[in-house]
Amino acid sequence: METEIYLDNAATTRCDEEILTAMHRVLTEDYGNPSSMHRKGYEAEQLLKKAGEDVAAALSVRPQEICFTSCGTEGDNLALFGAARANARKGKHIVISAIEHAAVAEAARALAEEGFEISTIPVNEYGIVDPEEAAALVRPDTVLVSVMTVNNEIGTAEDLPAIARAVKEKAPGVLVHTDAVQAFGKMPLFPARDGIDLLAVSGHKLHAPKGTGFLYVRKGVKLTPILYGGGQQDGLRPGTDNVPGAVAVSLAAVKSVRDLAERSGRMAAMRDGFVRKLYETLPEIRVNGPAGAAVMPEGTERDRLLAAAAPHIVSLSVPGVRAEVLLHALEDKGIYVSAGSACSSHAAKKQPGTATLRAIGLPAGCLASTVRFSFSGETTREELDKTVQALAELVPTLRRFS
Amino acid sequence: MTGTERPVFHTDRCNAYIIKYAEIGVKGKNRHIFEEALAAGVRRALASSEGEFTVSSIAGRLYIYTVREADSADTITRLQHVFGVLGICPAVTIARIEKKLPDIDALAEHAIRFFADGYGLEQGETERERPLTFKVVCRRVDKTYPLDSMEVAAELGERLLDAYPGQLAVDVHEPEILFRVELREQVNLFIEQEEIPGPGGLPAGTAGRAMLLLSGGIDSPVAGYQIAKRGAALEAVYFHAPPYTSDRAKQKVIDLAALVARFAGPIRLHIVNFTQIQLLIYEKCPKDELTIIMRRYMMHIAEQLAQKNHCIGLVTGESIGQVASQTMQSLYATDDAVRTMPVYRPLIAHDKQEIITISQQIGTYETSILPYEDCCTIFVAKHPVTHPRLEVIKRHEQVIEEELKALVAQALEEETVEEVTG
Repeated sequence: METEIYLDNAATTRCDEEILTAMHRVLTEDYGNPSSMHRKGYEAEQLLKKAGEDVAAALSVRPQEICFTSCGTEGDNLALFGAARANARKGKHIVISAIEHAAVAEAARALAEEGFEISTIPVNEYGIVDPEEAAALVRPDTVLVSVMTVNNEIGTAEDLPAIARAVKEKAPGVLVHTDAVQAFGKMPLFPARDGIDLLAVSGHKLHAPKGTGFLYVRKGVKLTPILYGGGQQDGLRPGTDNVPGAVAVSLAAVKSVRDLAERSGRMAAMRDGFVRKLYETLPEIRVNGPAGAAVMPEGTERDRLLAAAAPHIVSLSVPGVRAEVLLHALEDKGIYVSAGSACSSHAAKKQPGTATLRAIGLPAGCLASTVRFSFSGETTREELDKTVQALAELVPTLRRFS
Repeated sequence: MTGTERPVFHTDRCNAYIIKYAEIGVKGKNRHIFEEALAAGVRRALASSEGEFTVSSIAGRLYIYTVREADSADTITRLQHVFGVLGICPAVTIARIEKKLPDIDALAEHAIRFFADGYGLEQGETERERPLTFKVVCRRVDKTYPLDSMEVAAELGERLLDAYPGQLAVDVHEPEILFRVELREQVNLFIEQEEIPGPGGLPAGTAGRAMLLLSGGIDSPVAGYQIAKRGAALEAVYFHAPPYTSDRAKQKVIDLAALVARFAGPIRLHIVNFTQIQLLIYEKCPKDELTIIMRRYMMHIAEQLAQKNHCIGLVTGESIGQVASQTMQSLYATDDAVRTMPVYRPLIAHDKQEIITISQQIGTYETSILPYEDCCTIFVAKHPVTHPRLEVIKRHEQVIEEELKALVAQALEEETVEEVTG
């Protein structure tokens, strides 16, 4: 096997050594339970407090507004179920975008079974939500609007400040939640300034281990907990505090925002170069989402779209090649990417592609032929060049046999 | 205890299993080979158990005695997987103490306890709508025992009646419970009616080796099971087509082989890279004949592998008319590719639902329906031929014959082998 080129960082990332060391120390030395009354517990409590402060600082919010969770899905679930149930008396209407991650979309579906009504905001061909359309769906009985900051499949970065503003202008009491799992550490986030009430982040996308994450809950926002128990995390998320996980994700948060502008600028430049090379090298392909604008002539339209592209995600459709086949062929060359759908079950054959790809109106020939490349801060230009080269070798052969 | 049904028999305290086998009884001079193979199958099935057992063949039965205890339900399930086993009778065995079998008093105590443990009877007067009818039959192999078999049976019958008044009644003609007492090198107590059916068939490996064409589907594992049930030892071949099939698809086939191996014994699984062959056929042959030509080459490669590995037959999961490549005409065309050995198709006359039922019974279904592609399902024409004509197919094959020959040789050269145990 040649050297490994890991371009699936939107799925998960390698654990950072420094984070691992910090976590190891907590697990083996500062392993107390913050709920214990003795010194060992107190020390752990201090670590947890510090972790909350660090995360809060990374988001420019208050430490009391951070609730540690086990993953992005938990954060999204806590936000949706928590806000919906706590506000059910005000109304039973929820608005979500058409390209939400399953953690939001499926939670909404479950709420629909509890009697909530769900409205879906359509997106344009780039996956962009129009803030006015979001606001238009808000009704007197709407309690929550949920739009993800960055889409995990096509990398569209929504204009959350504008969405929150439009929604609250129409109905100030409506809560705004965002799944920021793919956005945190890739772009600056200021939920307090921007009118965001709830914001979910996952640790393992930031080089922290799986099983870590946090939810920002604006002060004053009432959530009904999902778990009940010993009152940890202000009763919002009881269960023995995961101090090593909190330490890990807080360190990840600190590291993610430390050199954010430089890193995301570098990644965005690599993304544009990658997209241009893909178009130069491979005939009849299509880069989905706003990242594809890299090949547009210079001008305001190009700038507008690239501003709406996350720096680390490139969605590529190669009509005539099945996504899993391309994935396995790349894997054979040591390059790891994602396919739109994890497997080609019979269900997937009947309805190819994913909800997001269908929502942006991707042509039928592209739905089952879309792969995703996602970078980390460690991804290099050389790796991306090698990937383009591998694709140039593989695609003509694969296209012959389809 | 009330009720008129025969109560459930609890095997928790059983420490011996008496195995009945049928067909091997008639195999004449080869009988010992079959018995040894059956004992080997039993040992293999019990090898990974928590317990330890001795297995011996006595008077047309296999006696399995527990040396270190194991969960009896688990032991029985294991024995139910051994081909050649017709029935399993859970028993309680009592070893000699200081070279002596228990005297009649001790024997009666054991018998009374056997009924308490097995049927949950409680000594003394207990309400029961109707007594359970029973009969004691004793077989005295150890002729030094002071009482003869009739005396032992009569004495035990009486003591049991005394212990469970109103709960038991003797019926020598049609007893609900036929209580057997064997006085051998040890004492065995068991109930004839509590025999649990085994899978039947012939002991694994007594019939010769066969090469199973194993895909990730529902049918081929069942075909392997069926043919192994008739005593065949199995090798298997899987056609892997990376990148069109994934490592997960390959692992699925290895998992299926392991499930079949629980019954069939260890399986050598040959993994052949079929990609280049498939692509060449795809490019050079008419699309609607793709599947037939591909299957002909799979058969051809399987035959070569079979010859190399001393197999004397191929096994497939085909069933007439199930899909386009399994019409009688297609089978005629596929069969032609094999020259030197029979192709066994144990499912040939089974309906799909029957095959699914068996796969559920033998536990391969859940794995078979995992959604990973195998190479048959990837390059499929929209309308494959259902009535292929062999001459036409052969003419189309001829175009690429030389190229294919080289690719087949290469595929055989590069095959890898997984030793799969159940």
